Amino acid sequence: MPDASLVGTALPPTAPYRVGREKIREFALAIGEGASVCLDADAARAAGYPDVIAPPTFAVTFTMPAIEAFLRDPAVGWDYSRMVHGDQSITLHRPIHGGDDLVTTIHVEDLKTRGGSHMLTLRCEVADTDGAPVATTRLLLVTAAGEAS
Amino acid sequence: MTAVGPEVGTELPPLSLRVTRADLVRYAGASGDFNPIHWSDRVATSVGLPGVIAHGMLTMALAGRLVTDWAGDPGAMRSYGVRFTRPVVVPDDDEGALVELSGKVTAVDDAEGGGRVAKVAITATFEGKTVLGRAVAEVAVAPEQPTAG
Repeated sequence: MPDASLVGTALPPTAPYRVGREKIREFALAIGEGASVCLDADAARAAGYPDVIAPPTFAVTFTMPAIEAFLRDPAVGWDYSRMVHGDQSITLHRPIHGGDDLVTTIHVEDLKTRGGSHMLTLRCEVADTDGAPVATTRLLLVTAAGEAS
Repeated sequence: MTAVGPEVGTELPPLSLRVTRADLVRYAGASGDFNPIHWSDRVATSVGLPGVIAHGMLTMALAGRLVTDWAGDPGAMRSYGVRFTRPVVVPDDDEGALVELSGKVTAVDDAEGGGRVAKVAITATFEGKTVLGRAVAEVAVAPEQPTAG
């Protein structure tokens, strides 16, 4: 059983994640995004961006590993192997771009157990190293309630 | 690029995309999501799935392209949310799975700090069934583009 006392708490902020220009290109190509502002720094600058910009869902590449590290901690009591992703939302306060250094803070918003499943709602606040907000993501994760629920 | 400022009811140009096993491998590497249900039939069937399924976040990213292609800029997305209602099963063949995407403008509002934001309701289907629920994106749109021709 996941630890219900975590609800309403936030984890310590992650170490800064450096957004690589080539990581953005790799991600863009993996989703078939061919826009020049995602692939070519000169085109991005010509469009008024500091560097190549990330497609809107790029934040999962650095928020999900932070979430996974949290949920795989045996003390949390979460069956990661049987987890499914229920929903996902992303609010972008500005586009993420190459060269960004981003800090993620995971907030545990809600935990419910219903019909043999645990349902966990997390919010990730993504900010630059000066603390200016860059993105807010929210997701629902569901896993089987193994032992008597 | 749209020739005219969008209004409520505007239909976005639809997208039909094929997702193959190779696309899943590529997305796994780009996103860091190596869950074996996205590449191993053995693991996928052992947890009750019909076979390997696409990453929900890949389907979300592809559906996001419908909106940003239309807006003309991947940096124009302000918010985007989906529910993962049904898996996209990707067969081990050259055809892959066909995902069909369409969208309609449901609101156009003034944005904070100027400009206009269109709210788009997205429909994503696989084998005739919806795979994303409550899929809504808010995207900045050019305020007053002159009517072309």
